[in-house]
Amino acid sequence: MLLTKEQALARSAHSVGGPNETFVLNLGPQHPATHGVLRVKLTMDGEFVQRAEPVCGYIHRMHEKMGENRNYSQFLPNTSRLDYLSAMQYTHAWCGVVEKACKIEVPERAEYIRVITSELNRIASHLVGWGAWVMDLGGFTPILYAFDDREKILDLLEHICGARLTFCYYRFGGVVNDVDEYFLNGTREFVPYMRERMKMYKKLVTQNIILRKRIEGIGIITPDQCRRYGACGPVLRGSGIQHDVRRAEPYSIYHRFDYDIPVYHECDSMARYLVRMDEIEQSLRIIEQAVAKIPEGPFVHPKVPKVIKVPAGDYTFATEAGRGRFMVRLVSDGSDIPYRVKLRTPCLANLSLFEETSAGMLLPDALAHMGSLDLVIPDIDR
Amino acid sequence: MSAVIELLGQEPYWSFVRLALFLGGVAAFVGANAAYLVWVERKTAAYVQRRPGPMEVGPQGLIQPIADAVKLLSKQVLVPPEADGILFRLAPVLIMTPAMMCFVALPYGSALVPANLDLGLLALFAFASVNVMALMLGAWSSRNKFAIISAARVVSQNIAYEIPMLLTVVTTILMSGSMNLSTIVTQQGGWFWNWNIFQLHHNPLVWLSFLTFYICMLAETNRAPFDMAESESELVAGAFTEYAGMSFGVFFMAEYANIVIGCSLAVILFLGGWNCPIPLDILPSWLGWLSTGIGGALVGLGFFFAKLYALIFTVIWIRWTFPRTQFYGLLNLSWKILIPVALVTLWLTSFLVKVL
Amino acid sequence: MKKAFKEIVGGAVSLLTGMRITLGQFLKNFRKDHNVPYPHAVLPIPDRYRGHIIFTNDEAGLSTCIACKACEKACPSDCILVDGEKKEGAKKKSATIFELNYTLCSLCGACVEVCPTDALTYSKRYNLASTSKAIYSKIDLIKDLDTRMAKERPPAQPPTPEQPQPPTPPPAAEPQATQPTQTPPQ
Repeated sequence: MLLTKEQALARSAHSVGGPNETFVLNLGPQHPATHGVLRVKLTMDGEFVQRAEPVCGYIHRMHEKMGENRNYSQFLPNTSRLDYLSAMQYTHAWCGVVEKACKIEVPERAEYIRVITSELNRIASHLVGWGAWVMDLGGFTPILYAFDDREKILDLLEHICGARLTFCYYRFGGVVNDVDEYFLNGTREFVPYMRERMKMYKKLVTQNIILRKRIEGIGIITPDQCRRYGACGPVLRGSGIQHDVRRAEPYSIYHRFDYDIPVYHECDSMARYLVRMDEIEQSLRIIEQAVAKIPEGPFVHPKVPKVIKVPAGDYTFATEAGRGRFMVRLVSDGSDIPYRVKLRTPCLANLSLFEETSAGMLLPDALAHMGSLDLVIPDIDR
Repeated sequence: MSAVIELLGQEPYWSFVRLALFLGGVAAFVGANAAYLVWVERKTAAYVQRRPGPMEVGPQGLIQPIADAVKLLSKQVLVPPEADGILFRLAPVLIMTPAMMCFVALPYGSALVPANLDLGLLALFAFASVNVMALMLGAWSSRNKFAIISAARVVSQNIAYEIPMLLTVVTTILMSGSMNLSTIVTQQGGWFWNWNIFQLHHNPLVWLSFLTFYICMLAETNRAPFDMAESESELVAGAFTEYAGMSFGVFFMAEYANIVIGCSLAVILFLGGWNCPIPLDILPSWLGWLSTGIGGALVGLGFFFAKLYALIFTVIWIRWTFPRTQFYGLLNLSWKILIPVALVTLWLTSFLVKVL
Repeated sequence: MKKAFKEIVGGAVSLLTGMRITLGQFLKNFRKDHNVPYPHAVLPIPDRYRGHIIFTNDEAGLSTCIACKACEKACPSDCILVDGEKKEGAKKKSATIFELNYTLCSLCGACVEVCPTDALTYSKRYNLASTSKAIYSKIDLIKDLDTRMAKERPPAQPPTPEQPQPPTPPPAAEPQATQPTQTPPQ
């Protein structure tokens, strides 16, 4: 947004002593509300935020450049480390783009496993996002309950792939290990358990008048702003736009399941909150159907070449991660190393909104608004 | 030795000895409360959150507060180079002194009244209001932006809760007809329906008054859900951001001391102070030692502390249940709900007390 | 007016519901302990746990590594150093140097997947912490296998061929609770 000279002067912090005196509050890179090394330069007028300027790059690890100097399977572990809370979906996107380019077929069972693990991962991700946000709002207990439930998911996922956070579970043409009855039974038991817990969360947090007063009507993001900044995920659906990559650009076998895409038209923080809570319910529905229908068969395509050479071309593949649309664009020159890897991450798009939407807010409201965007900082910086 | 004791037992020496004993007792009480309320808070928080809490230092982590105190005492008191050194060091003293003074004015039992002031209630509120100034001073002198925002919040928060709180207190003064805390408690003696909270014929809305008082007490002590001044997820540590070591520890102690004072006041004003729910006179004669002398004092103290710690537990319980309110949330609550309620009860009480 | 009263009452009810739930959880903790007091007790580690890599051993207690360097090539972080030679009378090469630079390793498991002779597996070690970087920047897998084999066998058995003493001590021993799971797959 271009400013006129007057606006720029009004925003500057130099009018010391005057009625319009502002000061710069440096929020981060180490601040309890930013959950990582995000720095936000806030120009404050008293407790009102005049301008919030996010400063990224504190945890930049050059993942895109790393993609250009290692072969396709060597880049696989990197994808778990962008948004570490939705590692499954991110690895899915990378596997998906290579499978699409090399026309590797994924066996039926592997697709089901991918859907189940992805949705479990989505629940875990939303639980962390929810708990951390409520903690930002000052409620310390819900995050511990959320972690309790997340622990059950992580135990199941650790049982099948050996890691709890950076799963790195998918491989080109399937998954690395088959799932066993222990995992499937655990998942079957988890679904009704989680539904009970969701009822409890609703009573404990969602209906709480203090929380509702704090996030209802706060942090309005209009559908127009969403379009301009390319917002995605729950932020977009909380602004009344029904866009979910699982429906809009169908991938894997999501079209076989019966689930809804929650949409709220209030555009405020509460809408985004409710979208996430509803998404957990919908993920449980998908898991329930997938676990019931999972077929026998190979869990990985038997004839995946050891050294993958992607035919020259330009490929994209998007998945719906916990925080929105994650897209990989892969440009190949036909060798065994990618020519260019572009990672389109949801959090960067969602953070870009913050500067425009937080202007004029009180500091605690701005932080509540930032929490509603559910940012994961390594995903912003990559 | 015995001669010395006899001499000290005589006036005028006795009043000094008594003073010293009470001061020592109050200081020990404040210290022990601050230390062990932290333990209670940590354990309660842990149990609410399905954790075991401190377990390593001593059985059930009972030595943990002492370990914490030793750690805080052994740390350097850092004064930031840009800070106003004198005010920065003065603020912890200023916050602790009024709290200690308040303890002197509280009646713990029929025989345990360190200072029986005729205007005890007024004195308590006068001391308690210094709290805000001390916090503001500490925050202001540390020259930290987060602390200064916190200072501004503390002061403006003051406006929100002091008015309904004082209006409620005026209501109880009308009901009791005295500002002497001992007299207020003595008047509530006998059966439990003599307690102010059951005096519905004087004030039919006394339950709402109690609730108003309790909510304002939470706001006064900067406890969740009204801990906007400290709000660690927004302002790092608010007014205490620059404080380290024992100067932070003193703020911490003062917070718990203020909780004890607030809850004690609630007990004294509404829940009958040291009184037992049933009059002790009706007990059979072989239990008579419970109503007189040291036995009576201990029973009184026991009931006072039982009520006090039940209220304190509720304070902690509330903190670990609710998210933080917003500043305008507190103002809305205060001006739109608490003050009208307090005014209506005040009006109703004065009407009922004078007319009936 | 009516709406405002409804909101106040509804809000109060929501607050009380919240307090009831937390009190319920508070009391539940007295009945049942949900927790594992971590350093004193450890949860069983799942079979597929991806720790850092170690050598598997055959019946003779020797590694099956043929020093083909497939793991070295597959490693995305360049953290494996392998060298081998063909011993007198042996059919295949065997590793003389196998060092894992754990400070670079991202635990992705690419090396285990490419190994043609299944000579690598994941360890169940998880409390890897040290005050010096040197211990983990060179984990000698050959020496590690020897130590494990020496622990399993009675001391009467002849020790495996002499290895040059590495400059740094091997990683700290595993915690007690993980010992049962330490037997490498046969």
